[in-house]
Amino acid sequence: MLSTTLCGMKLRNPTILASGILGVTKESAAKVGRMGAGAVTLKSLCHEERKGNPNPTMFGRKGQFLNAVGLPGQGIDNAIDDFKKLNDLDVPVIGSIFGYTIEQFGEVAKKMASLKPAMIEVDISCPHMEYSKPFYADEDSIEKITKMVKKNSGKIPVSIKLSPNVHNIADLARAAEKAGADCITAINTASAMKINIETGKPILANRIGGLSGPALRPIAVRCVYEIYEKVKIPIIGTGGVTTGEDAIEMIMAGAAAVGVGTAFYYNGLEAMKKITSEMEAWMKKHKVKTLSEIRGKAHE
Amino acid sequence: MNKCGLRNDIPQIYEVSRVEKEGKDLFTVFLKGQFLCKPGQFVMVWLPRVDEKPMAVSYLGKDEFGFTFHTLGTFTQECSKVKKGDKIGIRGPYGNWFSQEKNSVIVGGGVGLSSVSTLIDGMKATVIHGARDKDHLLYTKRFKDMIICTDDGSAGTKGFVTLALEEVLEKKRTKKVYCCGPEIMMKKVLELCNKYHVDCEASLERYMKCGFGVCGACMIDDKVVCKEGPIFSSKELNTMKEFGEYARIKTGRKVTLQEYSAWRG
Repeated sequence: MLSTTLCGMKLRNPTILASGILGVTKESAAKVGRMGAGAVTLKSLCHEERKGNPNPTMFGRKGQFLNAVGLPGQGIDNAIDDFKKLNDLDVPVIGSIFGYTIEQFGEVAKKMASLKPAMIEVDISCPHMEYSKPFYADEDSIEKITKMVKKNSGKIPVSIKLSPNVHNIADLARAAEKAGADCITAINTASAMKINIETGKPILANRIGGLSGPALRPIAVRCVYEIYEKVKIPIIGTGGVTTGEDAIEMIMAGAAAVGVGTAFYYNGLEAMKKITSEMEAWMKKHKVKTLSEIRGKAHE
Repeated sequence: MNKCGLRNDIPQIYEVSRVEKEGKDLFTVFLKGQFLCKPGQFVMVWLPRVDEKPMAVSYLGKDEFGFTFHTLGTFTQECSKVKKGDKIGIRGPYGNWFSQEKNSVIVGGGVGLSSVSTLIDGMKATVIHGARDKDHLLYTKRFKDMIICTDDGSAGTKGFVTLALEEVLEKKRTKKVYCCGPEIMMKKVLELCNKYHVDCEASLERYMKCGFGVCGACMIDDKVVCKEGPIFSSKELNTMKEFGEYARIKTGRKVTLQEYSAWRG
């Protein structure tokens, strides 16, 4: 009922662990797979080892979650030693990459491709990175990065992950598609801040972070809807999905699959099973047999 | 007070009531107010503009609670300098807790004693405390009947806690051994427990960020230490490949426990 295909990947259900939640180690990716994910995305890696920001790097409350982890990671070279390969788990694994320059995106993509992930996701959109030029907001940069990653990834499909912190997300998705992207992941977190009024200090050490969780979801639904109007390639709709109904809504906006991240904060390792069982219940009740029957329904 | 012991995942501000020097480079910061949690649970302590770190709750009183630390890095140095009236953020409580069975032995190595201290408060048990020397002993007035071991013999018996533990296990029918301390020590304690067919619960430490099981920084094998732990039983510990061997530093890179300890200071 929930099985679907995404860029040639056979998924038993459309839920995909979003990058940055667990996924630092191969063991945790395998565990999320065992807990029911259709696919899992690893924490983003770049050409070098990074410590990320000091703590506090995240906090949560009902309906909203803020983080400014600052892309810590062991770097792609250490990851190659650590993971050996990524095609030997029972769940498809998506490798997430980023770089500081367009060339580095190519270099990291090539190394990631050697681990044979099911897909490479390109993080051009992290709202709290010190890019000299915001790649995520510039059509020209997105085209160049997409071409560079495609050139270095062989036959592995490539998804470009977009940021909501722009005014023209559909045009940016179109630029990625034109440059050869196989998929779009939308969206990353929205730039946000929280100040503790007892001390008068921003809570996140980085001061500014990214908003996720249910508060982000209407923005994500709108972005997926806009992108679906402009591109033909599939979209991984990501942002605040915690229930089966949320996932159905995302698919009706046009998503081919659904990224799930902050739901793990609210529902722990049962997050995926909750979503998929609720999706099935909804589909049965509404006599929907396959996801393709409702995909993009909001555009009719 | 955290209502009904409910978990808060956004820092709540508490006022410092006092700071006590417990030993050489060992301090306890006490905060005003009641905090409800179980023995072995921890909180994330936020010093605005400095950092946020996991700390075991080492004192649980009616109108104050505290956490104890060894001044090793910038964060603990800054914690030791806070003054009465200063504001500190606390979120939690996090993690699981000790099972609290009768006829047990509690082992605390170094500042690890702070993670089992509220367990000792709540039950009658044989307590073994090890430290490098007499200046680094903790809570000697709070727990008067502890069996003391020091590396240099400046107090109690000279030698590691495992010597004292084996003596106790030989003499006394023991239901459970609870421990917290350097991981090498805990590994030896587990081996002794296996030898004497006694169940063990150990409180593990890994580099943490979120405290609530989502960031994946504190993995040991496929276990999330902050949420599925920090306390693990013999059954779990005996199957862990990384226990006593490997840990991950802040970047997520896996290193030997020796490298990890050197990085932690």
